[in-house]
Amino acid sequence: MSAIRLGWWVVSLAVVVFLVAPLGVIIPLSFSEGSFLHFPLPGVGLRWYRALFASEFWLAALWNSLGIGLAATALATALGTLAAIGLWRAAIPGSAAIMAILLSPMVVPSIITAVALTFAYAPLGLASTHAGLVIAHALLASPFVVVTVGATLSQFDRTLLRAAAACGAGPVAAFLRVMLPIILPGVVAGAVFAFATSLDESVVVLFLAGPSQRTLPRQMFAGLKDTIELTILAAATMLTLLSLVLMVLVRVLSARTARARAPVPEAA
Amino acid sequence: MAHVAAIETGKAAAALMRRARKAGHGPKISAALLVAPLLLFVLIAFAAPIGSMLMRGVADPEVAPVLPRTLAALQGWNGTALPDEPAFAALVEDLRTARAAGTLPLAAGRLNHDTAGLRTTLVASGRRLAAPFEGSAREAVLRADAAWGNVETWGAIARARGPYTDFFLLAALDLKRDAAGTILPVAEEQAVFRIVFVRSFWIAGMVTVITLLAGYPLAALIATARPAVAAVLLFAVLLPFWTSLLVRTASWMVLLAREGVVNHALVALGIFGAPQQLLFNRFAVVIAMVHILLPFMVLPLYAVMRQIPPLHLRAAASLGAHPAAAFRRVWLPQTLPGIGAGCLMVFIQALGFYITPALLGGGADQMLPYFIGFYANQTVNWGLAAALSLILLAATVLIVGLYGRLVGFSAVRTS
Repeated sequence: MSAIRLGWWVVSLAVVVFLVAPLGVIIPLSFSEGSFLHFPLPGVGLRWYRALFASEFWLAALWNSLGIGLAATALATALGTLAAIGLWRAAIPGSAAIMAILLSPMVVPSIITAVALTFAYAPLGLASTHAGLVIAHALLASPFVVVTVGATLSQFDRTLLRAAAACGAGPVAAFLRVMLPIILPGVVAGAVFAFATSLDESVVVLFLAGPSQRTLPRQMFAGLKDTIELTILAAATMLTLLSLVLMVLVRVLSARTARARAPVPEAA
Repeated sequence: MAHVAAIETGKAAAALMRRARKAGHGPKISAALLVAPLLLFVLIAFAAPIGSMLMRGVADPEVAPVLPRTLAALQGWNGTALPDEPAFAALVEDLRTARAAGTLPLAAGRLNHDTAGLRTTLVASGRRLAAPFEGSAREAVLRADAAWGNVETWGAIARARGPYTDFFLLAALDLKRDAAGTILPVAEEQAVFRIVFVRSFWIAGMVTVITLLAGYPLAALIATARPAVAAVLLFAVLLPFWTSLLVRTASWMVLLAREGVVNHALVALGIFGAPQQLLFNRFAVVIAMVHILLPFMVLPLYAVMRQIPPLHLRAAASLGAHPAAAFRRVWLPQTLPGIGAGCLMVFIQALGFYITPALLGGGADQMLPYFIGFYANQTVNWGLAAALSLILLAATVLIVGLYGRLVGFSAVRTS
């Protein structure tokens, strides 16, 4: 192995360690029986997880995160899937401008979104409500659904819909029984992206949410401003586990779409 | 008659539908109907709030309804000397009306953003001039508050005429207009935003360069390694990519805390005599931002590098190119779209970072978004918050647009 190659590997592995190390540190620390932030651990146990599930603050945050996340995901997935199908179905005049508007929540810096939505929603009575936060998170999540479902649709065979129509299926039946089953992995992947977006969202929730809409990120932010307790790390570990599940889900789904796309293998 | 008209309209609509169907507009209409719900949702719940917030950065509605007579009297005033007696008289009348109506604080708050102290001047003058007085309005007003003897006080009112103003945008750039309308830099000790802009771009640029230097070799390794190795390395990139931003910021707080892992290790190794403060400084902000944004550099680089046939490097080598020359002249040029896309994504996102500097940085490490939040929430200077947002958004759109023009977005597809 040449010196260049060796150096290349050393640098790359150092970067990998840098990427993984922070998680590699907080996950073991969350299982500490003590309250120190360093190693060696005085003992290993579930002390901080028991504290997490005994705290009504953290429990409320967990339920808020899941509830707001699911509601925002449902809204974003429904509207996003319809829009993606519309954009795929025919070239509408101004479709480039429409796409720019639909994707804009992804591009606008989150602090601007946070301040603008708080200004606008407060007079409507939507600030410090679950509904306001669900709307905001659905807005932020919808571009991911549009992009993911759009990518799946670009592989969809249009003649299938004509075949369905020829067989006497109405547009709704053709959508439900022909199109949806085929693009479902893409729709679910979009929904997973949407849920992950809501679960991770931390700036809008700081400005728009009231005390009864505390989500996990907001509760963690408040905790980190204070003295760092290991309950935060237990929450962080659980959040990471959830992210890991979502990530695997998306990988599996995209592998499935890729397989569906691939030509049928011939019998050997 | 109306009945006939309705039938006629119905006929016309049916004919239009028929013609549309013949011309193949059916799919277009149903496509538009499918897109409409999300489009309306985004327009109403997102674009309109953003637009109306940004409008606050150029709108100036507070003073005109409170001091209408004064503003009318100041029409045509050149701003070089104190206005004449009618303006003073108009001011007295306006102050009395506004005080009775309770609208004075609105205008006072807006004028205080222009010149600190004007809130007190307005409210106190309103109180002192409430009772009838003998003699000229000018003398009475000057007795009420000496600030009315200053041309700039009248300039502040004239500037706030509305309905539109460049006051907040100028303030966001550390500039102001004097009473005569000339644009001047604000006093040295009040000039805060230019430092913030330079700092924001400097931090974002530094983070972009570091992620590029660290991400490039890793992306190249993933793109060229055996599939099993590449899968493991890719997992190492994707795991932090999917992990919550707050979790990653929290882990850096834990690592760098005074009693944290890094301090503990460095003291144990004898490098530090005692634990050092590693948090709340530029170093902590940059290292955490690099960690958070590194996947956004590696993934587009990897997507581009994967497309480069390995044959190219072998061909270069067989033609006698030194590995360094082969890299520079064959590999590097083909990765440029990936470099562009990665740098764009990292820079744009870095410019908008709020949470990480807020938790890991000190006062001197806060970036533009922190000041937007600060002026919106703490000091309630919405005009200034909106003006800063306008500048941040303009910078973002400009960079994205410039990139689209120069490089194009089709060059890279990250999956």
